[in-house]
Amino acid sequence: MNTVWLAIIVLVAMGFAYRFGTQASRRAAVASASKLHSLPGHYGMLVALWLGIPALAVILLFALFGDAVVRSLVMGALPADVLALPQAELLTVMQRIQALASGFGVLGEPAAYEVSAAERLRTLQTTRDLALVAGVAAAAAAGLVFALRRISPSLRARNEVETVVRTLLIACSTVAILTTVGIVLSLVGETLRFFSYVSPIDFFFGTVWNPRFVTVGAGSADGYGLLPLLWGTVLIAAIAMLVSLPVGLMIAIYMAEYAPARLRAVAKPLIEILAGIPTIVYGFFALTIAGPALSNAGALVGLDIRATSALTAGVVMGIMIIPFISSLSDDIITQVPRTMRDGSLGLGATRSETIKRVVLPAALPGIVGAFLLAVSRAIGETMIVVLAAGNAPVLQPNPFESVSTVTVTIVKQLTGDIDFASPQSLVAFALGLTLFVLTLGLNVLALYIVRRFREQYE
Amino acid sequence: MATGTADTTTGAARAASPTTRRVQASLARRRAAETRFRLLGLAAVIVGLGLVALLFATILTRGLPAFWQATLTLEVFVDPEIVDVPPAPERSAFANQAEYEEAFLGWQTALARTNWGRVLRNALLAYLPPEAADSGRAVEGLIASNERFELRALVQEDPGLIGETIVFQGLADANVDVWVKGNIDRSLPDDRLPLTSDQRAWIELLLEQGVLTQEFASALLFNVDSRSSPASAGLAGAFVGSLFMMLIVIVLSVPIGVAAAIYLEEFAPRNRFTDFIEVNINNLAAVPSIVFGLLGAAVFINWFRLPLSAPLVGGLVLTLMTLPTIIIATRSTLRAIPPSIRQAAIGLGASKVQTVAHHVLPLAIPGILTGAIIGVAQALGETAPLLLIGMSAFVAQIPTSPMDSSTALPVQIYLWQGNELRNFFEARTSAAIIVLLALLLSLNTLAIILRKRFEKRW
Repeated sequence: MNTVWLAIIVLVAMGFAYRFGTQASRRAAVASASKLHSLPGHYGMLVALWLGIPALAVILLFALFGDAVVRSLVMGALPADVLALPQAELLTVMQRIQALASGFGVLGEPAAYEVSAAERLRTLQTTRDLALVAGVAAAAAAGLVFALRRISPSLRARNEVETVVRTLLIACSTVAILTTVGIVLSLVGETLRFFSYVSPIDFFFGTVWNPRFVTVGAGSADGYGLLPLLWGTVLIAAIAMLVSLPVGLMIAIYMAEYAPARLRAVAKPLIEILAGIPTIVYGFFALTIAGPALSNAGALVGLDIRATSALTAGVVMGIMIIPFISSLSDDIITQVPRTMRDGSLGLGATRSETIKRVVLPAALPGIVGAFLLAVSRAIGETMIVVLAAGNAPVLQPNPFESVSTVTVTIVKQLTGDIDFASPQSLVAFALGLTLFVLTLGLNVLALYIVRRFREQYE
Repeated sequence: MATGTADTTTGAARAASPTTRRVQASLARRRAAETRFRLLGLAAVIVGLGLVALLFATILTRGLPAFWQATLTLEVFVDPEIVDVPPAPERSAFANQAEYEEAFLGWQTALARTNWGRVLRNALLAYLPPEAADSGRAVEGLIASNERFELRALVQEDPGLIGETIVFQGLADANVDVWVKGNIDRSLPDDRLPLTSDQRAWIELLLEQGVLTQEFASALLFNVDSRSSPASAGLAGAFVGSLFMMLIVIVLSVPIGVAAAIYLEEFAPRNRFTDFIEVNINNLAAVPSIVFGLLGAAVFINWFRLPLSAPLVGGLVLTLMTLPTIIIATRSTLRAIPPSIRQAAIGLGASKVQTVAHHVLPLAIPGILTGAIIGVAQALGETAPLLLIGMSAFVAQIPTSPMDSSTALPVQIYLWQGNELRNFFEARTSAAIIVLLALLLSLNTLAIILRKRFEKRW
């Protein structure tokens, strides 16, 4: 909390520094009777930055290392026999010392070394706090004096301030790169560790998924076959696309070509609500409503459909994807130039003929792109499948039976305690990498197709 | 329009060439095809709207009843013979905080050893036939087991209540609630019902006397999750956990995302590096959310050793996930601002940074806010990545800092849907979904209002 207050004080001081800088620049301009290079505000900002950046850096350093230094100093002064205690007991001793130092007290009579260590801890903490305040004050003062002395009408304050702003902006935009690097490195790193237990060939071409609990090193490598999971993923995605593509595309066509403006204004956002509903809600819907309903419907026509099956998960996922397809396709269809429609209508084609023979072929690349994006969505979708697919990782062709997918298995293997030294946990990263590469491939392809299409008509 | 012109020409050339006749004959078919196609489109729209309606209708019909819960209003005599504890210790009587807390703990233990269940049972027996006293356990079974602790907390707060008679409102057991609401098949044989025939008769009796009523289920909103007493399980812990995460997401992803978007849209030169960032962002936007969970598990938990189940980690993961959304939304807003505004500013001598800060950004704020709200709403509903960083643990406390263990609203939904007490938790889960959807809907409505209010068309 101390640190936070100090940071707030620094921020307030920056405000004052801004005023000093502004006034100093005005005085400098008057004194030398020449025009300032930049606005007074720029000089103010420059001074504020010179005060703030070193001071905040000192605070950051103390926040990162202060406690560790104090702790190691206190530990260093403990008697040797205490230091020889096992880790857990040493931790208790440190907690007791902290309780004594903070004035909270401990039960019973504390040992002499504890009292002296607590005394030491208290002095060290005071020293650290004083050092922090002194360091921050010194850094701030140094920066302030340095910046104020630099102020002269010829100082290019605007350029310097803007360099800082630009650097900050660039740093922010590299976060995206860092995220990608982080994803790739962590997935690849853990996957390589996984492959030291299980050979990649067994993983990518194995047809059995049944990872048993084995102790590290002694484990057999069988039962880590990817194919049953991949099959379940593909099956569910295919069902989802079978549901969402016709409905979504017809909605897009109707909205873009037929719907009166008023209907469009109401219905489009209403359907897009479907896209904003969290997937866990769809999962619950699939589990409690869609699954039993499909099962009953199947029983009516003599089909044996499980309540949690590839069909249930696929159908509900299809519902989730409908707005995705419809709004993307809608955008693409409206982008097809008016002249092409007019040409076709002028030749006597009906509207539906125009749509089927002119508009859709022209929009096809874009729609394929939207389709691919939707497939990548379906493959990466997790919660619906976790709740509604039944989790049976077996290679079997029947969509009315339970299946399992890549995402479900990642959740299953990594929920609860994570042990980064067992293939049971590490396999999740190999599965994640597979998923990442699959969706990345689909996305790149889709974006490429969509971009080609855009260029065609712009 | 096309068919209209066809009509007038056919009138003039009736019974003319065979081509005309063929065209005429085909017209009916083509018009029918047109109508069919159009109806198909309309049907798709109706299906879409119907699905939205179905989803909301089922969730609402299942969830709304859970906002009212069977509650017992009892006159409880806090019998000093059962509640036999010494007076509470005073701080002034002890040397230091630690010893006082030890003594206070002892007093609390004495309170905890008290058979509060018996106090409640005696209160309930006053409304029941005298022979009910023989089966005390069954009588106590009517009251949610957490209510003992509620009563204890009341007395701990005010020890003067011992020996008094107070009006105490306590939740009935979950099974009682299910029975009263009729969420269980009453024709089931006796041994398969969760309540004995005695208990069922007592329930009728309590209903008649107005002791057992349906009250607003404040427990759902203000209690934490509970395993031992399903009737008192609530969303407060999950809500605070989600709140912490959303704060982290807002504080981190909005400034970073906006800064990145400004750099890419306004400053970045077109070169390999910025192209690379762009491709990165577009791909990150389509990476399945569960992959971000894997990133969180590997980087934040395995490398940085941050605690499992902490909202801090969840917030960081969701921040990374939301960044692309915010960047993309901000960029499209910036792109929509006409270049003439920038040119005017630059023409008057403003620098690039000044142009953006003084002219472009203020115009873009509504769009940026809309994008940010949508991004935050998306993060609020996300479940899958949180499961991988341990947020699905059972937590029975309201987290007080982002480092405490916690769950989140969607994760709580996931946990509740898996509870064995299906009859009770199906409604409770739906109610939790209603709370989540209400939050999301209000966020989205806010975004729409902002857009409608401030959107400028250039």
